[in-house]
Amino acid sequence: MSTDTTISQRPTPPSYEVPKAIRYGALTVGFLVLVIFPLVFNNPTISTIGVFAMIFLMAVTGWNIFSGYTGYIALGHAVFFGIGQYATAMLASYWQIPPGWETFLLIPVSMFLAGLAAIPIGLIVLRVRKHTFIVLTIALMFIFQLFAYNLRGWTGGSQGLEVSQPPWDGSIFNLPYYYVGLFLAIIAIVTSFMIRRSKFGLSLLAIRDDEDRARSLGINTRNSKLTAFVISAIFLGAAGCMYAMFVGSVYPQFSFDPAFDLELSIMAFAGGLGTILGPSLGALIISGAQQYFLITFGGANVFLIVYGALFILILRLLPGGVVPAISDKWRSHVVRKEQRILDSELEGPAEAGAHK
Amino acid sequence: MTLLGVEGIVKNYGGIQALRNCTMNFQEGAINGLIGPNGSGKTTLFNVMTGYETPDSGKVTFRGKDITNSTPDEVFAAGIGRTFQLTRIFPRLTVIENVHIAAQRKGLVAQMRQWSQPDERARALESLDFVGLTKLSREPAGSLSYGQQKLLEFAFIMVAEPKVMLLDEPAGGVNPTLLKHLGGRIKELNKTGVTFIIVEHDMEFVMGICDQVSVMHQGSALLEGKPEIVRNDPAVLEAYLGTDMTEVN
Amino acid sequence: MLVLQAIIEGVLVGGFYALMAAGLTLVFGVMDIVNFAIGALIVLGAYLSYSITTHFHIDPFVSLIFTTPLMTALGMFIYVFLIKPIKTNKVVMSLLTMFAVATLIEGILDICYNSGFVQIHASYINNSLRIGKLNFPLIYVLSFLLSAFLLSCLYLVTYRTKFGRSLRASMQNPVAARLVGIDTDRVSMITLGIGIGLAAIGGMIFGTTNAFNASSSYDIISRLLVIVILGGFGSVGGALVAAIFMLVIQDVVAVVWSPVWGSTAFYMILMLVLLVRPQGLFGKKGVRAQ
Ligand SMILES: Nc1ncnc2c1ncn2[C@@H]1O[C@H](COP(=O)(O)OP(=O)(O)O)[C@@H](O)[C@H]1O
Ligand SMILES: [Mg+2]
Repeated sequence: MSTDTTISQRPTPPSYEVPKAIRYGALTVGFLVLVIFPLVFNNPTISTIGVFAMIFLMAVTGWNIFSGYTGYIALGHAVFFGIGQYATAMLASYWQIPPGWETFLLIPVSMFLAGLAAIPIGLIVLRVRKHTFIVLTIALMFIFQLFAYNLRGWTGGSQGLEVSQPPWDGSIFNLPYYYVGLFLAIIAIVTSFMIRRSKFGLSLLAIRDDEDRARSLGINTRNSKLTAFVISAIFLGAAGCMYAMFVGSVYPQFSFDPAFDLELSIMAFAGGLGTILGPSLGALIISGAQQYFLITFGGANVFLIVYGALFILILRLLPGGVVPAISDKWRSHVVRKEQRILDSELEGPAEAGAHK
Repeated sequence: MTLLGVEGIVKNYGGIQALRNCTMNFQEGAINGLIGPNGSGKTTLFNVMTGYETPDSGKVTFRGKDITNSTPDEVFAAGIGRTFQLTRIFPRLTVIENVHIAAQRKGLVAQMRQWSQPDERARALESLDFVGLTKLSREPAGSLSYGQQKLLEFAFIMVAEPKVMLLDEPAGGVNPTLLKHLGGRIKELNKTGVTFIIVEHDMEFVMGICDQVSVMHQGSALLEGKPEIVRNDPAVLEAYLGTDMTEVN
Repeated sequence: MLVLQAIIEGVLVGGFYALMAAGLTLVFGVMDIVNFAIGALIVLGAYLSYSITTHFHIDPFVSLIFTTPLMTALGMFIYVFLIKPIKTNKVVMSLLTMFAVATLIEGILDICYNSGFVQIHASYINNSLRIGKLNFPLIYVLSFLLSAFLLSCLYLVTYRTKFGRSLRASMQNPVAARLVGIDTDRVSMITLGIGIGLAAIGGMIFGTTNAFNASSSYDIISRLLVIVILGGFGSVGGALVAAIFMLVIQDVVAVVWSPVWGSTAFYMILMLVLLVRPQGLFGKKGVRAQ
């Protein structure tokens, strides 16, 4: 008997992916909704929520490029968020940038500085493996917070720094921030998408699954991790800059805030860690809810309680996230359809030995 | 000519001497078998040769160059690929993605291009087809059976195209028909110049394809030679069955 | 003289951190959980003791009789309802869960006690112990003795009891432990109970030696994390040495240089050590490739 019978009975495997038409359709609708959102809801309270949502959208997408793809959960990305904030506040006053459009030019500068800082930081923290890594990143964040408190000459210590705000009218004040934020968020998402499709991205996923194995297949794991780390830091830097400009002040405890990374990870986990769009979905829903709670409950403490409880609930009920849950559903739908076709074939012409 | 050699390797784990003064040479262009009872240190030797473990003393050379302290990626870059006894695949990626990971690309620009390039895809599918996993190519690799995972590992190591392949018990959990097929492929690749070092307990398989067989016992080399000679050597039997055998005989 | 004083004080305060780090390490060793909530739990313990001492005028050390069992029960509760149900990606999920628990506790404490700083009071809190020319706050000495005592108890439990044997077995190889009939779930539950029960005691010590509020938890957790990383994850002995070492360094830097840089020195050392030894001072390398 030829061995060939055991091989490739069905050379074309079924695709388990949600069809392109549906995916791109949903993306287009989502994009349009985001574009017209502040025009429809022109109430400043609501568009403020929108601006924060955009900031978190780019932050979590950046975070996911590293943590989601490589599986190294970084809980110290507030470092880069904070660097973006302090860079903005310090440079705006150092270069005496007049409040207004010009301040937005600090975005690329912040991105550059955050990316630059990520190189030495990455070289240190990426030497250790998974759980030590997590803890080390948290520790790192505390180090930066400490610096922000202690280097008073530059950072203002616990007094913080101010970023003077442009004299725009309240009714349109949020719009520039919103659209610049949306633009940056889209760049982040496109970057994430391109990386996921690339060989580099595949290497990152291989590192997530088995780093040692990846090394012995010729993947330079150190460089791959570092590259992803730097790219993700760049978007956190952008988010930090936007945040500082929009809020108008920076403080050590809010710029380098341990809760910030909790927020990012809750968004990513809720949406689907390591998927391209899951974290974005998580960011939109959760940061929206977050701002809503903050406005409704006022005090930060109630907010903390709601937040902690919400996170525990999400981890319990949706450990994989929304997006993987949907694609699982789709997958089982495809498999069932396949099975039906197979069954009907079996009932047809004489079939023998096709059973497994 | 010696391609890959170890010299006086010692490796201890706490009180256990996994390798004691192990010296061995593997010939270029040959299919080398490496046999020995369980716990004789074969896997540890593989780990030492591929940079997963650093020996306490001794030297590993590849084409005359010292690679003792190289990391796994450096060893791979030098041209040595391996499979693992307990398979190591990428469980959450699909089968086809697993194979693509092994496709080599040089340069940053190439890394940033899509992973699924037509030429690489053709090679990946060919190699999956060869081990009979094509129809599972979109399944997550973690959902494959143990034998299928072994085959997948073999498939991606073939795509990586190393000059030397170290296979740790490739036959475990693979059905006999497919095993023959695998043996055939190994011989074919060998003809194109690939050197093999194969750890295997399936004697028929080893004797069938190997040009040269080395035997390990208690962490060092016992002897090496042609399969027929090794098969009939009393010392080998003794190593496998324990010292008491000679006394009985 | 000042330096000697700083060194001894570092050791005294280090006792508290050593005890807390030991609890953290034990929990990590048995169930791969980085108990990020330990900071918040210590502050919770501190507030509990604070409430009991102020309302019932009980000595803080006596208040432990109430707070310790309470917090132990809380630990077991957390294990059963939050940790045990986690099925995939345990290390990360449990860490995030504990992070969320910390946030929850911080929020609750902030509501119950406002954010003003308080300190647990006892009649002897301002007394001090004179040895030669050196002067030590009595409470530091008492805390250190309590910590040392509890650490020895912990040692005896892990190395001299049947439960300790199950515990060590679960640390080394949970699968094998289960195979030989050890109820690893129970072991984990009790371990988390002990780990969090210790936070009650730690909280009392922290609360008598420091003024605190709900967000003091970050101070504690950031130091503890540094200590366990330095000690090499999962090594109790390593954690002890690292705790004392770090606190001594911090105090000496504070005296010689400036208090502001005391805790910075703490972190700088961590970075330096990790550059040379990524696995920490006492950590072991990873497992072998099969
Ligand atoms: N990481 C390790 N820790 C402790 N002992 C080990 C380790 N690796 C291998 N050993 C021991 O070394 C010996 C050789 O093992 P191994 O190389 O796996 O043998 P083989 O592959 O020939 O069956 C065994 O006794 C094994 O228990
Ligand atoms: Mg072996």
